[in-house]
Amino acid sequence: MISFLEEWSFFGGSILLILIGLYGVITKRNLIKILIGLSLMDTGVNVLLVSLGYVENGNAPILTSIIKNNSGAFVDPIPQALVLTAIVIGVAILALGLAVTIKIYEKYGTLDISKIRGLKW
Amino acid sequence: MRFRNILALVLVVILGFFILQAFNISPEEGQLVIDEFGEAEIENRTAKLYINKSVNSSNQKVVYAESKNLESGSANMVTSVIANYRSLDTLGEVTVLFLAATGLGAVLYSNKKKERNFIVDEGSLILKTGIKILFPLLILAGAYIFIHGHLTPGGGFQGGAVIATAFLLKFLADREYELAEHKLKIVEVIAGISFVGLGLYGLYTDGSFLSNFLETGTIGTLFSAGIIPLIYVSIGLKVGAELTSIISNLIEA
Repeated sequence: MISFLEEWSFFGGSILLILIGLYGVITKRNLIKILIGLSLMDTGVNVLLVSLGYVENGNAPILTSIIKNNSGAFVDPIPQALVLTAIVIGVAILALGLAVTIKIYEKYGTLDISKIRGLKW
Repeated sequence: MRFRNILALVLVVILGFFILQAFNISPEEGQLVIDEFGEAEIENRTAKLYINKSVNSSNQKVVYAESKNLESGSANMVTSVIANYRSLDTLGEVTVLFLAATGLGAVLYSNKKKERNFIVDEGSLILKTGIKILFPLLILAGAYIFIHGHLTPGGGFQGGAVIATAFLLKFLADREYELAEHKLKIVEVIAGISFVGLGLYGLYTDGSFLSNFLETGTIGTLFSAGIIPLIYVSIGLKVGAELTSIISNLIEA
């Protein structure tokens, strides 16, 4: 059981996080909750990417006065750099989404997407 | 309503099943091979070259505080990827953040000064007094994080986020607090120009954009790694100014 958790809590858990976020985006009608769903999906992708580069008993990829040379085991630095980029993009998306949400609330007085007249055709 | 939820659940479960299938494709049949968790083979990955600090030789030994004039003299390998090997990506990333901050300002812009129709609580005495002490310390911590980005965990983006946190606390403590937006813009523009300017100078001297034209020095010392600290200082100031302007715009809206 423990080994199953160790092996699948990162891959399986992050995929579960993506799916929970997607479910939230599809079913919720409140704009803020949709943004929370998007943010959850973002986090899931980030966890999945970082766990793809994990090495058992690997050190953080930084040379310090304790880990002096590069012959030891390190976790993969490239997914970490990629995730740093993804986090910043996530912040940008969230901020812009919130700004649009504020404007929508000012115009229509509601956050419920089924009551926003501009979205109907 | 109920039917829609069940439909969404079925859709999501099917999608999850297909994503999980991607982890089970065997090496003989499919092309996609994903290492088991915890068993990623760094030896076979591009990361090995970045850990060895040499794109050409396969097995270079790097010793902390001894090795000199490496290809990328940053002790933090994530930093060497972000600010040296793939710094063009980072320029794009900073541009995306700049676009988001500008777009947010454009979306929230309104001519008339709005009056708030809700009551804003004053910050408590503890918060107000605490900020007076914490504010300079938080700015200092942020600056430390991005100046030491090539030695310790952290870097420009993290340091910028810490600086923005300091301003967020200031906004929370004093609801009347207003930032001079144009000063933020000046910091942002100077930081952005210095990032691009470093890149162009590399193009002028070495023939490739954002190439490391300074001596990389001894790995693990503060004045090492060539232009990486300079790039990270400009990124830190730029991200700090942009996140602060996002917070200020959202609070005023």
